[in-house]
Amino acid sequence: MNMKVLKRLLTFCKPYLKYLYLALLFSAFHIIFTLLTPILIGQGVDLLVGVHQVDFDLLKLSIIYIFISVLLSSLFQWLLMKMSNQLTYHITRDLRNCLFQQYSSLHLSFVDSSSHGDLMSRMINDIDLIGDGLLQGFTNLFSGIMTIIGTIGFMMYISVSIASVVIVLTPLSLVVASIIANKTYKYFQEQLALRGEMGGYVEEMIGHQKIVKAFGYEDENIKRFKEINQKVHVSGVKSQFLGALVNPSTRVVNNIVYASVCIFGALQVVSGHFSVGALSSFLTYANQYTKPFNEISNVFTELQTAIACASRVFDLLDEDIIHEVENPQMIESPQGNIDIQQVYFSYQEDQKLIENFSLQVKSGETVAIVGPTGCGKTTFINLLMRFYDPQMGHIYIDGVDIKNMTRDYLRSLYGMVLQDTWLFHGTIKENIAYGKKDATDEEIIEAAKNAHAHKFIIQLKDGYDTVVSEDGGNLSQGQKQLLCIARIMLVKPPMLILDEATSSIDTRTEKQIQDAFDLMMKGRTTFIVAHRLSTIQKADKIIVMNQGHIIEQGNHQELLEKQGFYHHLYYSQFDLG
Amino acid sequence: MLWYKYIKPFRKQAIIGFLFKMTEAFFELMVPLVVAQIIDYGIGQNDKPYIWKMGILLFILTFVGYGCALVCQYFASYTSQSFGTLMRNDMYEVINRYDYEDIDRIGTPSLITRITNDVVQLQLAVAMAIRLVSRSPFLIIGSLIMAFRINVQMAIIFVVTAPLLAICIYFVVSKSMPMYLKIQKQLDKVSLVCRENLTGIRVIRAFSRQKEENKRFQDMTEKQKDMQVEVGRLSALLNPITNIIVNMAIIVILYVGGIRINVGTLTQGEVVALINYMNQILLSMFVFANVIVIFNKASASYKRIEEVLSISPQIMKEENKEDRDTFLSFEHVSFAYQGNIALQDITFEINENETIGIIGGTGSGKSTLVNLIPRFYDSQKGHIFIKGKAIQSYDLKELRHMIGIVPQKAVLFKGTLRENMQWGKQDASDEEIWKALELAQASSFVRELDDGLDTMIVQDGKNLSGGQRQRLTIARALVKNPEILILDDSASALDFATDAALRKSLKTIQSTIFIVSQRVSSIMHADKIIVLSHGEVVDMGNHQYLLENCDIYKEIAHSQLAEEETL
Repeated sequence: MNMKVLKRLLTFCKPYLKYLYLALLFSAFHIIFTLLTPILIGQGVDLLVGVHQVDFDLLKLSIIYIFISVLLSSLFQWLLMKMSNQLTYHITRDLRNCLFQQYSSLHLSFVDSSSHGDLMSRMINDIDLIGDGLLQGFTNLFSGIMTIIGTIGFMMYISVSIASVVIVLTPLSLVVASIIANKTYKYFQEQLALRGEMGGYVEEMIGHQKIVKAFGYEDENIKRFKEINQKVHVSGVKSQFLGALVNPSTRVVNNIVYASVCIFGALQVVSGHFSVGALSSFLTYANQYTKPFNEISNVFTELQTAIACASRVFDLLDEDIIHEVENPQMIESPQGNIDIQQVYFSYQEDQKLIENFSLQVKSGETVAIVGPTGCGKTTFINLLMRFYDPQMGHIYIDGVDIKNMTRDYLRSLYGMVLQDTWLFHGTIKENIAYGKKDATDEEIIEAAKNAHAHKFIIQLKDGYDTVVSEDGGNLSQGQKQLLCIARIMLVKPPMLILDEATSSIDTRTEKQIQDAFDLMMKGRTTFIVAHRLSTIQKADKIIVMNQGHIIEQGNHQELLEKQGFYHHLYYSQFDLG
Repeated sequence: MLWYKYIKPFRKQAIIGFLFKMTEAFFELMVPLVVAQIIDYGIGQNDKPYIWKMGILLFILTFVGYGCALVCQYFASYTSQSFGTLMRNDMYEVINRYDYEDIDRIGTPSLITRITNDVVQLQLAVAMAIRLVSRSPFLIIGSLIMAFRINVQMAIIFVVTAPLLAICIYFVVSKSMPMYLKIQKQLDKVSLVCRENLTGIRVIRAFSRQKEENKRFQDMTEKQKDMQVEVGRLSALLNPITNIIVNMAIIVILYVGGIRINVGTLTQGEVVALINYMNQILLSMFVFANVIVIFNKASASYKRIEEVLSISPQIMKEENKEDRDTFLSFEHVSFAYQGNIALQDITFEINENETIGIIGGTGSGKSTLVNLIPRFYDSQKGHIFIKGKAIQSYDLKELRHMIGIVPQKAVLFKGTLRENMQWGKQDASDEEIWKALELAQASSFVRELDDGLDTMIVQDGKNLSGGQRQRLTIARALVKNPEILILDDSASALDFATDAALRKSLKTIQSTIFIVSQRVSSIMHADKIIVLSHGEVVDMGNHQYLLENCDIYKEIAHSQLAEEETL
């Protein structure tokens, strides 16, 4: 077990130490009274010696003691559980918040290169498992240990010799438990892996059932599923059987202890060293004796899982986060003059992408970025917005190096509409006002009108209050893009980064998007990922990209005269028929 | 009963498991009785040999019980796993025969959970049914009977306590279950915000909204914590309350037992046995409560599985003797999808080896139209004929074998590139595959891959770019050498140069080709272009004809093409 991780996990307890101490205290009281009860009951049983020999005064007194003991043990148990609940749920909440904060300050390069599924699973599943482990740990670990010590103590107090019988038998239950736990763990892992394999296969094949059908692949598909299913079956029987052994096996150990206590206890009673009531309390103890061992071994398994999860979470928390410059600069009144000087950039060292790239853009000019699919247009945007920093070279806006600005400030100078639209779960109004929290309704509607989005919005059932489902599932691609444009219209930034639609948008909507783009671009420095010839022709400067490299730049005429890649790209449209 | 079908082959094992469990429980029930004997006779009469005899009996009960338990556990595991395996195979087979419409309706994620998690739930329930369902009530009832055997009046205490315990457990469990569901829903919301923040990370940072998003997330987790604490408060009551009830009963047993012993109608050993039985009941009740929770979950799962198994495909081979002398024709075809009209009165004819373009706005029915050809959906009205025969009269496999489809979404499967290419033709040679890759404009980049055709493709083809994936899916359809090739908006991720080169190479193959697109440039050179709007054919003809006669086409063409191109 990794103590370092455990220690760090426990630092999250710090704000709630009060709960932790109380939990420990209540747990101790709970165990004391729980263990005391069988003794008191045993003493009660001892009073029932035979006909006309029952002392009712003593019996009543004994009953009152039992009653108080039970009441107190229950009360402390309740308090203990309350405290551990509070502790656990506060800690998991803090962990989640902390991790989320980390997500929002991580370098984009890290987030881009990680699988989102994995990041999600750490946020949701891992922290859930940490919670389970903590809850188990807080409630059962301490009380389990206390119970064992307490039980042995009380047994010693009643009878040293019989207690020794129990203590001698203790290693037996430990050995049995650990053997089974080890075996089960192995098969359980195997079972999980196989189930994962099956889930993956089903997801792939049913998710794309249409293709399976189109290619008549059903039979082959069923055959392969049955093979995986058979593997799951074989390992499932084994792992389930082993898992199911835990209960009867600990029970058998328990029963051995129980029977031994019964025999030796009874013999001692006969020899007069022991009372029947004491035997009865002993039997109650023996009955529960293996329970804490079981619980502790459970706690250890769960804690082990929790610690594995915690170390995955901490790995993320230790990732480098973004740091801003110390004395950030601002621009008095941004004009949008951009000067890119000798920029070098690559994602991986051995794959040079942008080398010695320079470009001057004057305020209000349009720069078209052109190239085949996957040519690396996003790389360029990443640099402009400082999602990534270049390895060498500088980018200046109105004479200020963007490295000397805070990222937030730099980004506020740009308005960005990508084809890959992003909307969040909230109303249309909230989505439009995303960049300007204090926008009035009038401003929002004005922006929507400018973006040609107003018409379709008011046709929706709840108008501007329509709730957009996750990722805008209830809107068409074109409508989503119009909303994103409205968002920018509201903020009115001095510079724009736009992405023209390629397809999957119908003509009418495309026209509206185009009009909205034109309106926005007026007087603003614009970078536009262009697919339409007319946009490209109108642009002041064209950057031609291919396979991540910037290979040509100039205006339409210049580039055509060069007879290079752009020339080829341009004419490939016409010479085919 | 559907479930019985899957238990039936294993009923012998199930019954054996059940019987052994009962035997084990019976032995367990004997233990307090033996102990009572030891106390009353062994101790009472100072009979040491008797104590030894009974003590050994205890050991025998223990080991025989253990043996029974092992046998039971094995058969329970075997039965439940076999049950689940059989059920899964059946489900998977049924799902593979589904019509598109059923898959659309239930949804893929739901089908996946049903075939994986829901079956696991049922397996668990089956194992529990064998292992615990019999055991707990048996122990509870057995303890009651034993109590009655010892002393009828003392047993009244049991008759009062047992239902009281049951009510308490039922109350807490039934109250907290819906609360756990609510917490689960809240967790879904937490993960929604987290996912949104990962996918929208650029936009969020572009607008510098990290602080607000943090706040939004914190509100969610705060709410979740409050719910958890609340349900924790309720479930924390369960143990203390049941503990109090049982010990109160024990106190009563002690006191009343005292009175009875005083008059000689009860013995000390019997009181100890009664106390033991009382503890036994409490433990069994808890186990039983767990079983109820598991069964509750399982019955929800069962309903979902039953639904999957009960759907049977509607699209099958039917007799239809009509014939036509066209290569492919639609006659007054109308189709409604889940009640919404998608296509109306579609009629056209196509000759062999023609290229047909289909154009129209989103929701105009383009994809739907081509989906009718391989009978992914069946039209409600009208007929479709291929090679003179109605499509219903073909065997589904035979029909789909003639057709190569490149879907809108470029999907590849986990496995090598070669395996993916062999989907349409399982014995396709490398030569055939390269030829198809060549045609699909994919050969150049495949050649550059280190492992060529042996390149491993990860799930969903994430190690390739969108354009590469799309070209591979085109090649996959071409490997089949289909008589009819359908490109369902499948060039959208291609740049215009590649798109053009692709169209040029498709001209060289002997196939009737349907090209569905929103781009005029993709279809303008087709022999026939069908213009769709709101599910109806607006007009049909070649590019030149449509430019002159069809307003909708003209509008689309002008908005997309530079002036000189439309000419």
